[in-house]
Amino acid sequence: MQQDTKVTPEIVKQHGLSDEEYGRLKKALGREPNITELGIFSVMWSEHCSYKSSKVHLKKLPTTGPSVVQGPGENAGIVDIGDGLCVAFKMESHNHPSFIEPFQGAATGVGGIMRDVFTMGARPIANLNSIRFGAVDHPKTPYLLKGVVAGIAHYGNCMGVPTVGGEVVFDESYNGNILVNAFTAGIVSKEDIFRGFASGIGNSVIYIGSKTGRDGIHGATMASDVFGSGNEERRPTVQVGDPFTEKLLLEACLEAMKTGAIVGIQDMGAAGLTSSSFEMASRAGTGIEMNMDKIPLREEGMTPYEIMLSESQERMLAVVEKGREEEVLSVLRKWDLDAEVVGVVTNDGVMRVRKAGKVVVELPIAPLVHAAPVYERPAKRPAWQDQVQALDFAYPGDSRPCWNDILKKLVSSPNLCSKKWVYTQYDHMVGTDTVVLPGSDAAVLRIKGTKKGVALSVDCNARWCYLDPYWGAAHAIAECARNIAASGGRALAVTDCLNFGNPERPEIMWQFEQACLGMSLACKTLGTPIVSGNVSFYNETGKDAIYPTPAIAMVGVVEDIERHATQFFKDEGDIVILLGENTDELGGSEYLKQIHGKVKGAPPTLNFDREINLQKTVLSAIGRGVVKSAHDISTGGIAVAVAECCMKDGGDCIGATIQLEDRIRGDAMLFGEAAGRIVVTCDPKNAELLLTIAKSFSCPAGVIGKVGGKMLLINDLICVSIDELYKLWSGGLNKLCAE
Amino acid sequence: MRFGVVVFPGSNCDRDCYNWVDKVAGNEAVYLWHKDPDLKGVDCIIIPGGFSYGDYLRCGAIAKQSPIMKSVTGFAQKGGLVIGICNGFQVLTEAGLLPGVLLRNTGLMFICRTVELKIENNKTAFTNKYKKGEVVKMPIAHNDGNYFCDEVTLKRLKAKGQIVFTYHGGNPNGAMAGIAGVVNEKGNVLGMMPHPERISEGLLGGVDGLRVLESICNRTQR
Repeated sequence: MQQDTKVTPEIVKQHGLSDEEYGRLKKALGREPNITELGIFSVMWSEHCSYKSSKVHLKKLPTTGPSVVQGPGENAGIVDIGDGLCVAFKMESHNHPSFIEPFQGAATGVGGIMRDVFTMGARPIANLNSIRFGAVDHPKTPYLLKGVVAGIAHYGNCMGVPTVGGEVVFDESYNGNILVNAFTAGIVSKEDIFRGFASGIGNSVIYIGSKTGRDGIHGATMASDVFGSGNEERRPTVQVGDPFTEKLLLEACLEAMKTGAIVGIQDMGAAGLTSSSFEMASRAGTGIEMNMDKIPLREEGMTPYEIMLSESQERMLAVVEKGREEEVLSVLRKWDLDAEVVGVVTNDGVMRVRKAGKVVVELPIAPLVHAAPVYERPAKRPAWQDQVQALDFAYPGDSRPCWNDILKKLVSSPNLCSKKWVYTQYDHMVGTDTVVLPGSDAAVLRIKGTKKGVALSVDCNARWCYLDPYWGAAHAIAECARNIAASGGRALAVTDCLNFGNPERPEIMWQFEQACLGMSLACKTLGTPIVSGNVSFYNETGKDAIYPTPAIAMVGVVEDIERHATQFFKDEGDIVILLGENTDELGGSEYLKQIHGKVKGAPPTLNFDREINLQKTVLSAIGRGVVKSAHDISTGGIAVAVAECCMKDGGDCIGATIQLEDRIRGDAMLFGEAAGRIVVTCDPKNAELLLTIAKSFSCPAGVIGKVGGKMLLINDLICVSIDELYKLWSGGLNKLCAE
Repeated sequence: MRFGVVVFPGSNCDRDCYNWVDKVAGNEAVYLWHKDPDLKGVDCIIIPGGFSYGDYLRCGAIAKQSPIMKSVTGFAQKGGLVIGICNGFQVLTEAGLLPGVLLRNTGLMFICRTVELKIENNKTAFTNKYKKGEVVKMPIAHNDGNYFCDEVTLKRLKAKGQIVFTYHGGNPNGAMAGIAGVVNEKGNVLGMMPHPERISEGLLGGVDGLRVLESICNRTQR
């Protein structure tokens, strides 16, 4: 787009602005925008950048609490973990680009989220991710899975940030729209936190990192539309990542921050130079004047339009104290990075961009931010909601089904099998902090120089969210917290990635609204505020939207790193105790889906009082050193959970004998997914103590069996060799990965 | 003992190695910046893992050209102790300080997991605290760990006891003769794909890697 391109109604339409929005823009501006200004607004007011459809609902989420240092609105959220240290963290989606180009789409998603964390002054210590693909037998699934995993590995491994956990899910609802949600956590001293403020009139605006190219122009706009035909043509809107440059950027930024000359800093993510400069000036209530002739460019002849909208990766914008520019520039030169003073902070509240001496952009920041559209879109409960929630499924009887075969089928299914093929491609040990490796409930990392650790978990049962978005989303929060508690961590705060379909459809908006309300209730009740996150709408192709998928990532603190737990059974003779109760609930279970082809019923009941008591019990017991293993019971029910406790990737497997006395139908007892349950083991001499601890928190608890042998036995229903089960479980992805 | 940890652009196990030497083993550690040829009077140089220069061109090929490597080469030629871990091993083969090359893993995927290693030679400066034939556990994490050399070189490596570590119970990357680590003929330069610095604390699952450092300190005390 040349600077003199005339802004016609056709061009406005191409930029995805509605007539109403364009009218708004003209009114706030008091004139017609030029082409570059129009481009800027098309991205600033895109769904991806403006949250125009989600804002009214996001406002209902709890965002404050005693440990919150930084809530939403910055590059990442921050919580205080004591000892003067904080954890900065955020999760973000890269769904649309990853579907078009899985390797680079996923890689740059990981790159972007790490920048969000180190721009706050934090050194990233761990990556997690939540990735969802279409059905296992969908022709594109193997290609997308391999590309996404290799892309995540490529970027994280090179950066030297361990990828320590996450979730991998296959379901036909993602056939046309995969989900790639990337999470990063970093550690920062409380007094070393940086924020994205363009403060101090006369201070210099410094561009840092890769040169600007023509890649990724309108990536944010693409992420704000549904997929139709011809998506492959949008490949040029996917950015290409260079993790090597980002590694230099990480080290250089952390070193430059130590000079004390940096006033504010922000990464250039979606909408690149445009959003970073606007957001920094807007937060500080200042203006910025930039000279396009100073921007390091990859190729000649780039127009202001292209420079302002490029989403070239590995770039940052910093505001540096006037007169101290050289202190910062010398650090960047040491790391062989491009860095230029490209502008200055002004007091007139205007974004002014010049090229060859001529003003090409002149936009008053506050009026335009104020004029940004906010929609309260209509929401309507889908007509089919009652129908899917109804479940009428007669018990086949104790003897008829072969429970062994069902268990084998479940543990070898792609959603429940070992994800070793995935996580061995990720360097999950670099940094020498990973105490609990991938494959257990939550990842646990120690913090060098302290006794502490952090526990990190990512979770969402999207099928439950489809059946009931309110309770499904509440469950996602509860399960994350439970995973953290079962690892020995105290849950502190949440970041989310809300993946939904087209918000212009009332049914989708209803799902979104319900999910926000459910999350809100769970977060308030469990005391885990939401400090950062992201919304990804338009995850639909044709008329098919994905399941509503509010992916949740939670951060917890482990007070004494020596007192943590893994899910794996340890020694012969250890006592198995069930905390919580088995109930007769089968709705939305993996068993119904996989064995009976039903996606029906209401998700299990979520009783917050019981949930809190359960988590207090397990945390207290781990803290007192009486727990040898702890595992949350979730997908696949208690039978699968106990099987998972018996098996360890590449490690020693051990059997167990379990006796359940519940008077409920066999399939619900074995495979029902009732919430609020954790299987723990302890040395026989500690069993009484453990039960007493549970009693003190009014948590139902009972001995259900013993660890040992080479078989997994559950009542007279399950009798299977652990070696056989291990073989099935560890090879569950083989077929898919061989394609 | 004073250890120097080389920092190339893209090194990412430099901080791990520093911590290993300094906090875990209680020795002195200093960083050696790639643009600065000064070795700061160190007794042993560690070239850490990572993606030096983004692994562009060929793993280790650009690192070999950096000012620090001239000093490292001179130090090694005078008998100074040098250990290259993972990417450091690749750098040392590119620099000609160790025989052979490291090719892409035969599975064409990055592999991160703990493997078993057999100690083939415990008479080196780096392995004298292990027993010969002992099987230990260490993590690997690489794309290009498939050791290769010509037949003549392999024969010589075997004859002179230069093969220090081999993979045990399965070959993860296709390395020739299961080679996981080799020393030069003089025995003062070690290259190994596994990461001893990742398995030197009980909290991280074992201490089998610590004896590499203990061996070096033991050797120089004598």
